[in-house]
Amino acid sequence: MNKETGTMDVRKVSGVVSVVDIRGDVTAGSEGVLSDAYGRASTPTTRAIVLNFSGLEYMNSGGIGMLVTLLVRANRQRQRLLAYGLNQHYRQIFELTRLDEAIGIHDSEEAAVAAADGR
Amino acid sequence: MTSGAEDGAGGEATELTPRDAANWAKHVTTLRLGEVPDEAINLNVTGKRLVGPIQGFGKLWQKTYRVELTGVETTPAAAIATWKQAFGSFWPDSGRFYGPLTSIAPGDVALLNISVGGGVKLSTGILVLYADEESFTFMTPQGHIFASWITFSAAAAEEGGVTVAQVQVLLRANDPLYELAMPLAIHRREDRFWQQTLTNLARHLGVADPAVSTVAVCVDRRRQWSNAGNVWHNAGIRSTLYALGTPLRAGRRLLAGDERSGRKG
Repeated sequence: MNKETGTMDVRKVSGVVSVVDIRGDVTAGSEGVLSDAYGRASTPTTRAIVLNFSGLEYMNSGGIGMLVTLLVRANRQRQRLLAYGLNQHYRQIFELTRLDEAIGIHDSEEAAVAAADGR
Repeated sequence: MTSGAEDGAGGEATELTPRDAANWAKHVTTLRLGEVPDEAINLNVTGKRLVGPIQGFGKLWQKTYRVELTGVETTPAAAIATWKQAFGSFWPDSGRFYGPLTSIAPGDVALLNISVGGGVKLSTGILVLYADEESFTFMTPQGHIFASWITFSAAAAEEGGVTVAQVQVLLRANDPLYELAMPLAIHRREDRFWQQTLTNLARHLGVADPAVSTVAVCVDRRRQWSNAGNVWHNAGIRSTLYALGTPLRAGRRLLAGDERSGRKG
């Protein structure tokens, strides 16, 4: 029922941290794209996945639900999920849905990667 | 009956307004319910925090209920408009939805009274977290059976283009007691509830013989023991205690009435 939405690129910034650059719309239709991105971002040595929301243009409740399933996958692999690039509006949505209690939100990629590295 | 937040947080208007800005509820920390009819049991909503699947206790389930609106000339937007307009009227008799009189909008808070047997009505609520033309989502408060997001949507099927109405629930049982009851009764009741709701909606829209499909997927088998303390807010226990106290409250009211009429006389 869901049209595919959004694009996601993966960058490995260190042996243990990968960044997923999210662009466009995040809806339930992004499930395949996000799952594929997670597959590329997650290696046996990956300890944290950082989601870059700077290019996010639209997100509905289906998109939020998908982030929870991504969180479950990451936790199963003992990986942390972090985020940066959220504007005020999307930060409030993370707070409202209480996603921010499980996905650490940071102001910049540097801060998120530092947190992921435990610096 | 509707109302919103005790502490809405307004952001500075320094960024472009995102396309979805009007679709989301404003930030709230605790729920506040407006007026409700006298017959409603108003417990376990005002002052409660919202809880989603991250804050729940039990296994994480994604349940999807679907009905094809076969033989009906409608669009997803028209189906959702009808659903929003009379949301509570499509519920089975076991549940009452004391929500907005007109439609369903982001930030609305509604009271739910659900019969759970033995004359007890479980009183809880929901917040309308998100709403657009083709979908809307509820989030549940502390004490509700589920820590969940419930999304109601309609879309054109990929093949044939028929409109399909759907309820998708992403849930964890809120506490260990509810989790214990999940395989015994709650799963079955939940399935029946949404199957009946979709059947009622489809019939209202003109489908002669609606067939509802159900798919349940366990997304995470782990229980979140750090959230076991959610049981303190258990709306089932609190509603049962309230029901047990009904004779006592009636007696008090009677005595108070006698005293007042005695003073007048």
